[in-house]
Amino acid sequence: MKETLILSSSPHIKSPETIPSIMFQVCLALLPAVFVGIYSFGARAAWIILLSILSTLFFEAAAQKIMGRPIAIRDGSACVTAILLALNLPPTVPWWLVVIGSFFAIIIGKQIYGGLGHNPFNPALVGRVVLLISFPAQMTLWAFPSHPLFSTVTDTLSGATPLGWAKTHLITHGAIPATLPFNIQQLFIGQTGGCIGEISALALLIGAGYLLWRKIIPWIIPVSFIATTFFITGVFWMINPHQYLNPVYHLFSGGLLLGAFFMATDMVTNPVTNLGMLLFGIGCGLLTAVIRLFGGYPEGVSFAILLMNATTPLLDRWTRPRVFGEVSNS
Amino acid sequence: MILHHFPGGIHPHDEKELTAHLPIEDAPIPSRVFIPLSQHIGPPAEPIVKPGDPVRVGDKIAEARGFVSANIHASVTGTVRAIRPYPHASGRLAPAIEIESEGEDQVYVPTKDRQDPLSLPPQTLIPFIREAGIVGMGGATFPTHVKLSPPEDKSIHTLIINGVECEPYLTADHRLMLEHTRDIIEGIMYIRYILNASFSFVAIEINKPDAIRMMQNNISDPHIRVISLPKRYPQGAEKQLIKTILGQEVPSGGGLPMDVGAVVQNVGTTFAIYEAIRWGKPLIERITTVTGRGIKTPKNLRVRIGTPVRDIIALCGGWKEVPGKLILGGPMMGINQYDDAVPVTKGTSGVLLLPREEVGEYHPHTCVRCGRCVTVCPMGLLPNFLGVFSEHARFADAERLHLLDCIECGSCTYVCPAKRPLVQMIRYAKGEVLRRRKKVARQ
Repeated sequence: MKETLILSSSPHIKSPETIPSIMFQVCLALLPAVFVGIYSFGARAAWIILLSILSTLFFEAAAQKIMGRPIAIRDGSACVTAILLALNLPPTVPWWLVVIGSFFAIIIGKQIYGGLGHNPFNPALVGRVVLLISFPAQMTLWAFPSHPLFSTVTDTLSGATPLGWAKTHLITHGAIPATLPFNIQQLFIGQTGGCIGEISALALLIGAGYLLWRKIIPWIIPVSFIATTFFITGVFWMINPHQYLNPVYHLFSGGLLLGAFFMATDMVTNPVTNLGMLLFGIGCGLLTAVIRLFGGYPEGVSFAILLMNATTPLLDRWTRPRVFGEVSNS
Repeated sequence: MILHHFPGGIHPHDEKELTAHLPIEDAPIPSRVFIPLSQHIGPPAEPIVKPGDPVRVGDKIAEARGFVSANIHASVTGTVRAIRPYPHASGRLAPAIEIESEGEDQVYVPTKDRQDPLSLPPQTLIPFIREAGIVGMGGATFPTHVKLSPPEDKSIHTLIINGVECEPYLTADHRLMLEHTRDIIEGIMYIRYILNASFSFVAIEINKPDAIRMMQNNISDPHIRVISLPKRYPQGAEKQLIKTILGQEVPSGGGLPMDVGAVVQNVGTTFAIYEAIRWGKPLIERITTVTGRGIKTPKNLRVRIGTPVRDIIALCGGWKEVPGKLILGGPMMGINQYDDAVPVTKGTSGVLLLPREEVGEYHPHTCVRCGRCVTVCPMGLLPNFLGVFSEHARFADAERLHLLDCIECGSCTYVCPAKRPLVQMIRYAKGEVLRRRKKVARQ
């Protein structure tokens, strides 16, 4: 025979989906939120996102170089981490904070464990939470959308997110304000203070819809996560609407949508079984609601996801699916 | 009828448009055939001819060794030239009987004409099948007479005829159902009679609407129902098919279809059973789909067992593009060949030629725990963990996760975005576990 035949064991066809293609689509799905962030907070937001990408890629490549591993920055995972980290930062942060954040995200959150696939915690959230705990002042200095379109927002409110503002009011006055500073529509579109990427529910939902449609992320986690938070905050709101924000407000403010659709769904750090994903989502939702309602922090999505990341190996073990033809022992 | 849902499954493009419309053609008699003694599950057959012996088409040339084994017959008239190791579909060299054919018109002349086999006692039909050397022609090659002889304590209520053909590219069963509809139905009657099964189903995937119509229009017996199934791989796997139709699961850990009162027979096998019982014809030829974008003229061929694949490729115009892979069977479970001298056997449902440009080269990444393999596994296993355990030689852990229940359909490897060879690692682990068990048993 003139030509050599290629040998391998079956199957001989594979789906076109690859890790880079998944990561690329996640980046694509984050674009609406990125645009709203830049549109609302101006060049500063663009600069933070760009700096985050550059420093994250640098740390990823440097770590792989030092460890003698192949440089794999083109797999796109570091880029996803970078964008998520930037979207989780207030638009006012100094540049060095971004660099520190990406250092912790990539080096401590990911490469130390062996890189993509081995990290137990969502790297972007590791970076963000390190910053939140270490630099609370810088991390809670909010700005309002500066675009003329949003000039109706009163300046007296500057310096707080909807959730932060409500919590402060609750602590100082013993109740949430009778009239809330933003209406639901403003929260939905993104005319509010907050992290670069979390302000517009609409932009996040567009991206999330794309990921769900392409089956890049499982629906179980975001749905159970959001539903649980909605349900618990709703119960408390019905008990005492003077002390607790209404659940729709909870839904569209803070990092709930960004966290539920883009970070709790990080495939490396959540369970692989359906039941595991359901419990994971419920756990995230529960912790988020508890922190928001009773915690010292106004927002709890990051902590909730990180804590649930830690339970992933256990959830996988406890929720092994029933094997076909297996007779249940119970 | 309510269809039940088996877990998982994938939807690769079925690629059947290459050959689905092409009538079955008779391949010319090859100048030489190489008939392996092992074309079935169980010990190889024992040759009963020696070099120099003249044989006629249909003569028995090797005898089943033991109950779970199958007879082998001469597929051409000619002279036995050698019994020697020869390339085999399994990838190894295996003993085969080489026959030089006389090249003349060698139509098989029926030795029997049983007008009404259903007047004979059911059990007397099984020896006809056994004598003909029939094995499962969907690819599993389990001796059919064994499958049709369940132990006394197992009663079979349902016969399922498997015309699903869920492997992409393959259309051999499809064409057979279109062109030999009545013969297959006759075969169903025989099998049903042997098993005394009350219900019979002919399961066909929805992508073969003409075959579904053809079967429906020709079946008059109200106890035989044609079921059209949604397209999903591996719908044609025995356990998944039973689950879909009966809603029952073959027990994990070595259970058999008969444990839930069912027997599944492929349409090709059913046709062979018809020919054996009605005409006394042994299994000397089969329908195989020669396909893929690597072959110049794709065809559905009736070929003599033992025909070298090289002859078949030449008959179909040869490689169209730079050769990539030569596969016997479908792209999901077929076996890759390194030598085109390998002969067609009773289990060769297809000859698939993939051009070089369609053969990807993959560099496996660490598992990223996306869980896609868990979602698609039709057995409810955790292929990601099984793969990791296999890599780390943690076979006991893999066994605890039901390693041996894997049916090796390859869906996990197909979907893995990290391009990990999951089913390959699982196969390796299964081999290790079984080898160790044997070792323990010997001690």
